[in-house]
Amino acid sequence: MSRFAKVKTAEKFELSTYKYGFSMPENYVFKAKKGLNEQVVAMISKMKNEPEWMTIFRLKAYQIFLGKPMPEWGADLSDIDFNDIFYYLKPNIKTEKSWDDVPSEIKDTYDKLGIPEAEKDYLGGVKAQYESEVVYGSLQKKYSDMGIIFCSMDEAVVKYPELVTEYFGKLIPSGDNKFAALNSAVWSGGSFVYVPKGIKVDLPLQAYFRINSANMGQFERTLIIVDEDSYVHYVEGCTAPIYSTDSLHAAVVEVFVKKGARCRYTTIQNWSTNVYNLVTKRAKVEENGTMEWVDGNLGSKITMKYPAVVLAGRKAHGEILSVAVAGEGQHLDAGAKCIHLAPDTTSRIISKSISLKGGRSSYRGLVSMAPGAKGARSKVVCDALILDDKSRSDTYPTNKILENEVTLEHEATVSKVGEEQLFYLMSRGFEEHEAEAMVVNGFIEPIVKELPMEYSVELNRLIQLQMEGSVG
Amino acid sequence: MIKISNIKVSVENKEILRGVSLDINPGEVVVVMGKNGSGKSTMANTLMAHPKYVLEEGTIELDGEDITELSPDERANKGLFLANQYPMAVPGLTANSFLWQIYKKRNGSRISIIEFRKWIEEQAKLLDLDVELLKRGLNDGLSGGEKKKLEIMQMLVFGPKYIILDEIDSGLDVDALKKISTTIATVAKSKKIGVLVITHYNRILKYLVPDKVVVMEDGKIVKEGGAELANVIEEKGYKK
Repeated sequence: MSRFAKVKTAEKFELSTYKYGFSMPENYVFKAKKGLNEQVVAMISKMKNEPEWMTIFRLKAYQIFLGKPMPEWGADLSDIDFNDIFYYLKPNIKTEKSWDDVPSEIKDTYDKLGIPEAEKDYLGGVKAQYESEVVYGSLQKKYSDMGIIFCSMDEAVVKYPELVTEYFGKLIPSGDNKFAALNSAVWSGGSFVYVPKGIKVDLPLQAYFRINSANMGQFERTLIIVDEDSYVHYVEGCTAPIYSTDSLHAAVVEVFVKKGARCRYTTIQNWSTNVYNLVTKRAKVEENGTMEWVDGNLGSKITMKYPAVVLAGRKAHGEILSVAVAGEGQHLDAGAKCIHLAPDTTSRIISKSISLKGGRSSYRGLVSMAPGAKGARSKVVCDALILDDKSRSDTYPTNKILENEVTLEHEATVSKVGEEQLFYLMSRGFEEHEAEAMVVNGFIEPIVKELPMEYSVELNRLIQLQMEGSVG
Repeated sequence: MIKISNIKVSVENKEILRGVSLDINPGEVVVVMGKNGSGKSTMANTLMAHPKYVLEEGTIELDGEDITELSPDERANKGLFLANQYPMAVPGLTANSFLWQIYKKRNGSRISIIEFRKWIEEQAKLLDLDVELLKRGLNDGLSGGEKKKLEIMQMLVFGPKYIILDEIDSGLDVDALKKISTTIATVAKSKKIGVLVITHYNRILKYLVPDKVVVMEDGKIVKEGGAELANVIEEKGYKK
């Protein structure tokens, strides 16, 4: 082999190391194989140089995963083949993938969104985003001066063992559900955030810029702790479509909101439509604290995601604002859970779903009020918009009310974009798809206005793109 | 000129228009009167290509071009504007944003959004329409009169060659009627716009003086005359 060839190999190797945030022997590259067993779980832990407790945690979670049946109450998961998935680094696949392999509809979307070349490569999974290193570096300095910890979860396990052992897996134990168990066994990547007491972080923390590990990993694990009277807005991912060859994305996100603190967590999920997106998200909110989940689901083949707030302290408040756009071949089963455990706790759920081109969206929600949650109030609004006769929308609300002195409101609407509405807008000179997009954008406006500016603009444009060609 | 030639139109397989011909010249006010169910509104919707109204026979020309096969947006882009009897609500799409989008569609971005907003506010004041209502979803929760005023706002931004007013006067109080109809009359006169007025009553004709009045009955035009015909109908009703 020539010297040049060798250099090239080394480059590839560095890339993968960089992207996944841990190192491994070079020859290991060629040993990656599909499937899961105890050895694979142990190997993942070993490669990350994890402390023993985490290795044990993973192995236990793997046993729980094996013992749990596939959930059958929601979307159809019967096509998932756990033996056909890579559970750890597969650099020879990732790095050899070229721009040519990225599906043309995704490339077109990048072009229409005007995303720069470097970002296209990154979003397309072709390479890691070295270019953002400078940006990230300067933010890191600012955060650390304020005492904020913002790093990859992998790094946190080694660097901040006290915090991690106190909170990790405490809100979403491995036994919570089959996919939380799977994540607990094989997790990699994700963010760790700690905001000390009384700190209000003015700019949103964006996983997008935390690039020294895979921020869009397959089994990412995120843990956020917002200490008393602090505020943070965490933004996961970005609105541009993420192309992934991985068929399964099972993330776990735990958020602890302390007394008087507030956390907002914004996600716009836009996986390519071959991905099963099965995510467990939960926040625990203490006295006078506020948790807000702002959740957008555009992509994936199947999504099952029900961000939860556990309102554990008096006057704790939770909000879950979500929007789902289900197109051809997609089933988005999304919703929310509000668990009221303390008096005078309040919650609000606003769910908006759009079904088009034969897509299916479901709202699945739980409001639970425990004995003693006197004065608890909750309001649920779920609106569905169906664009054509091929598409479908369902609502599955569950209420468990075990206390008398509470208030619960539930409103649900299902509407179709009517001929009259389209005719009206078209009579002003707008093409049918433009008219349809106007109705749709109007419909989701209550959610979009909660998003950071650049996200709301991009979300509207993405929906517009999805509308194009949807009508003849 | 809009030239309607012997159109036959059915709605849900029921024939409503049974051979109607009518010309509307630029700068001309043509009034179509008639009882409920005579086919007046069918004519308005057919002109704008509403999908529910099926043109079985006949042609529609606009300034010499056959537009019979064109879709609503294509007809709009030729300069045709329909002020609807029942304007549809589009929640979340603010009237302000919709007006700006109409402006951009018709004119490109010749003026800034700030200048545009200023102009909109002036027009709203002239029509006695609360500008705060423009921040709401289009026609969402507006009164009948407010919706009609918003139709006129859209018309002003749109800048049409021909206007079809489908019972713009229904549900309006005297003041609103006066504001709306004088606004239309002024614009139509200065820009030589052809106006087709579809109405039950002649009270709007005090401000919008007709060049031609036709009376419809049972899907056909049964009478044709000048402004005086409207007065005859007002006095004697639709009886022959």
